[in-house]
Amino acid sequence: MSNPFDEKSTGLTISNLEILPGKRVKSHLGVVQGSTVRAKHAGKDILAGLKNIVGGELKGYTELLQEAREEATERMVQQAKSVGANAILNVRYTTTSITMGAAEILAYGTAVILE
Amino acid sequence: MSWVDYLDWIVFLTLLAVGYFAGRAAESRHFASIRKREKELAKVLAFATKYPPAAHLPQQVRLVSGSAVVGSDYFKQFVASLRTLIGGRMKSYESLLDRARREAILRMKEEARRHGYRLVVNVKIESSNITGGNRGGLPAVEAFAYGTALKPVAPAEPDRAV
Repeated sequence: MSNPFDEKSTGLTISNLEILPGKRVKSHLGVVQGSTVRAKHAGKDILAGLKNIVGGELKGYTELLQEAREEATERMVQQAKSVGANAILNVRYTTTSITMGAAEILAYGTAVILE
Repeated sequence: MSWVDYLDWIVFLTLLAVGYFAGRAAESRHFASIRKREKELAKVLAFATKYPPAAHLPQQVRLVSGSAVVGSDYFKQFVASLRTLIGGRMKSYESLLDRARREAILRMKEEARRHGYRLVVNVKIESSNITGGNRGGLPAVEAFAYGTALKPVAPAEPDRAV
């Protein structure tokens, strides 16, 4: 999976600004979104349980959520490309925990064509 | 009566002691590292404002983000469960959230610096309880910080494709 945040590899600008300095929006193509639901790995969960005695960063979870965000962003980028956009503006992320041990990551933004 | 009758208490007190000492040590280590890196990254500016300075110049942009999941220790959980009986400030969890957020912002700034950016605008911080359970779930919080990193388009590549 290529890095969806990298403009050079995707050919698409992503930003959470509404207006990019020095760029004009030629047309709006509507909202695009990408999401993924991730569950924790049981083994990681046990390790996390042990870690919860001594406290500190739960690296397994940090990585899990990081991967999930990349995946959600990747899907959003794919959707934006399929509607012919060259940029996504005003990108937002939300996290919802669906059940204990599973989380949904949603990325959404406005697909636009920049001049 | 032998010591076996008190096994529950022994386990509980051991966990409490381990949580207290290990948790405090981990927390002060983490705060020391956060303070150190905050100084190092002070030159990467982060703003919550939507409007970047010098907005008329074309800029190269990149969405940068950072996150951290920090779990509480056994002692903090115990103190917090007592605190819910009488209400008031949950100091033990406040420091947990503080650590997670500052760490997330630092990682976001680190990512910006790694790609050669010195300015991040429109920073949003989101925190969530990822383990989802009020009962039974492990108390851990995730902080996620993201924003748009900006730098002037390098004069060497003026016709960079948008």
